[in-house]
Amino acid sequence: MMRILRTTALAAALALGLPIAAHAAGEVPKPPAQNWSFGGLFGTFDRASAQRGFQVYKEVCAACHAMKQISYRNLADIGLSDAEIRAIAADVQVKDGPNDDGDMFERPGRPSDRFRSPFANEKAARAVNNGAYPVDLSLIIKARGGGADYLYALLTGYRDEPPEGVPAMDGMHWNDYFPGHWIAMGRPLNDDQVTFADGTPATTSQMARDLTTFMAWAAEPELEERRAMGVRVILFLIILAGMTYGVKRKIWADLKH
Amino acid sequence: MVGLHKSEMKNPVVRWIDERLPIPSMLNQEYAKFPTPKNFNYFWNFGALAMVNLVIMIVTGIFLAMHYTPHTSYAFDSVERIMRDVNFGWLIRYIHMNGASMFFIVVFIHIFRGLYYGSYKAPRELLWILGVVILLLMMATAFMGYVLPWGQMSFWGATVITNLFSAFPIVGESIVVWLWGGFSVDNPTLNRFFSLHYLLPFLIVGVVFLHVVALHITGSNNPLGIEPKGPQDTIPFHPYYTIKDTFGLCIYLIVFAFLVFFMPNYLGHADNYIPANPLVTPAHIVPEWYFLPFYAILRAVPDKLGGVLLMFGSILVLFVLPWLDTSPVRSMKFRPLARPFFWMFAIICVVLGYAGAMPAEGIWVTVSQVGTAYYFMYFLVILPVLGKIEKPRPLPESISAPVLRGGGPIMAGAAAKPMEKA
Ligand code: HEC
Ligand code: HEM
Repeated sequence: MMRILRTTALAAALALGLPIAAHAAGEVPKPPAQNWSFGGLFGTFDRASAQRGFQVYKEVCAACHAMKQISYRNLADIGLSDAEIRAIAADVQVKDGPNDDGDMFERPGRPSDRFRSPFANEKAARAVNNGAYPVDLSLIIKARGGGADYLYALLTGYRDEPPEGVPAMDGMHWNDYFPGHWIAMGRPLNDDQVTFADGTPATTSQMARDLTTFMAWAAEPELEERRAMGVRVILFLIILAGMTYGVKRKIWADLKH
Repeated sequence: MVGLHKSEMKNPVVRWIDERLPIPSMLNQEYAKFPTPKNFNYFWNFGALAMVNLVIMIVTGIFLAMHYTPHTSYAFDSVERIMRDVNFGWLIRYIHMNGASMFFIVVFIHIFRGLYYGSYKAPRELLWILGVVILLLMMATAFMGYVLPWGQMSFWGATVITNLFSAFPIVGESIVVWLWGGFSVDNPTLNRFFSLHYLLPFLIVGVVFLHVVALHITGSNNPLGIEPKGPQDTIPFHPYYTIKDTFGLCIYLIVFAFLVFFMPNYLGHADNYIPANPLVTPAHIVPEWYFLPFYAILRAVPDKLGGVLLMFGSILVLFVLPWLDTSPVRSMKFRPLARPFFWMFAIICVVLGYAGAMPAEGIWVTVSQVGTAYYFMYFLVILPVLGKIEKPRPLPESISAPVLRGGGPIMAGAAAKPMEKA
């Protein structure tokens, strides 16, 4: 009993408070920097990759992880058509109500619904996951110091066995990049787990890359608009600054002794 | 004196108003004609920038408040609704968020300008004190604002900082419960923080008004730290400094825009995108960057009450600075001994900030202690003593004198350069 309690507590701590482990266990390597379509100052989301990433989320991660900040309609951003979005939404049953009789009822999803959460609440999620909590992934890229590089490293950083000399831990899995290394989530991605319609081979690293692109979009859907606006605003301000400086020189010229 | 104000306004409508409510005359006097030393350098832009920044915070804050929900169950999600569903909500929020950082950058530079050029000395003591009041109000406002999005750092930052008050003997615990409105940081805390976060900026506006009134009594200091001797030393505020401030404003906006549009979360902490969870303590609770030097001072001593007193003391000491610095010479330009100590002080503040971001262990404790010691030494020992033993360089006769005379080697440079640059 004590042991279960301890594991639960640890897993719970790991699930939400990863920095605890980060410093307790120390040496987790820094995730290697990847080249992202949305990286740099002017990057934009690779739409095809984000769409494949959504497919991976839907077919794999959605079994455990919610993304409650995102609605189906938002998928238009990454290039899905209206009809596709309707079909995707209609695939799930969502709870609605109360109706005129005062009863809750299930109905097919609509584009305006949020992504359906796999569990009714945190307790239900923990109950099924050995006490660990599969976090909501809507903001995962912004909520981890390493951002996109970290998610990619996490998804590709599993080892079947812990390194030499480290005793195995019941119900936990070794990951090179998870703070503290022992993560309650089993390796979520395996080669050829999904079939991409565009023929892209579904290697683990490909899926991880696509998924990360999708998550980066989900965390910062405004990113492209923001950068585009930023370029215009800053160019405008530079011109304005130049003109203001000219006027200033002219006004101050009569003070020169 | 009763009776219509004798207006000099030309426009009949403005004149009609001015005779009855002479605000146009006042503005003309205080912002257009206002005689201003002619030798300002660009450090004199930062007061105007701070004022603009305050307005930006209030405007964006009011729009955020239209969509924000101060409830522990909804606050985090309501901020995400702002980011995702409110038209340009992401822009408003990122401006507000980075605006807080810009505000502190601007105000810190403004304060260090005052420290370097001795702007706190007579007759500007009260002006300086009002500035320190503004700093305190800003800190309270920013601290409470950071709690509002109700992320992990919001919650734990609020918990750690409010808990500091428990260090005070006897009344400490009661103060904390009173601040919280309960027995932990919870919904009542969030509610009152929102209320106060909305209120305090308007108090700041009030104190800024007094700050400016005081400024217009004494007039501005300047890089030479000597008073203008006559009209040849001053120029009207408008158009000379209005245009110079406008140019400075453009540069400030470029920096601001770069933060907002290209690295909006750079100065923040990733953990604040994790919803608050009272059951999970982040290993590493760090405040926003602008509090880090004070946080380092807080943690420099092993005793909690001692740390709290030192931290508050580090701001309170600024109130009495005008009487601690015994030197009659304002500008560090003419204080060969004090100047290196000043730069050391500036570096120490940055180092303290760095130490504040590090875990309070090992070398960082020592660094914080040495830094804290120097911080207080600077105000309590170095400045009082230097004023007595230092032999300042000769001061120029007037702001324009060295220029008109072709000038001695130091003074010509000192007075002319800022204008050349300008
Ligand atoms: C069988 C359920 C399950 C599936 C499927 C699953 N996860 Fe998890 N995931 C978990 C659990 C449980 C945790 C909590 C792990 C812990 O705290 O030790 C977790 C944690 C995570 C974390 C948080 C790691 C951190 O830094 O705190 C991320 C990110 C994540 N999962 C991503 C994914 C992605 C992406 C997928 C799909 C490819 C996925 N998961 C599929 C159960 C699952
Ligand atoms: C002195 C001026 C102000 C400062 C320094 C300041 C600072 C802050 C800070 C640091 C945050 C947290 C930002 C984040 O991480 O999300 C914040 C949030 C907030 N502020 Fe202010 N603020 C100021 C004025 C105002 C005013 C006048 C209002 C309302 C009228 C306001 C309303 C809000 C709201 C609603 C939030 C929560 C939304 C959010 O977190 O983005 N603020 N403020």
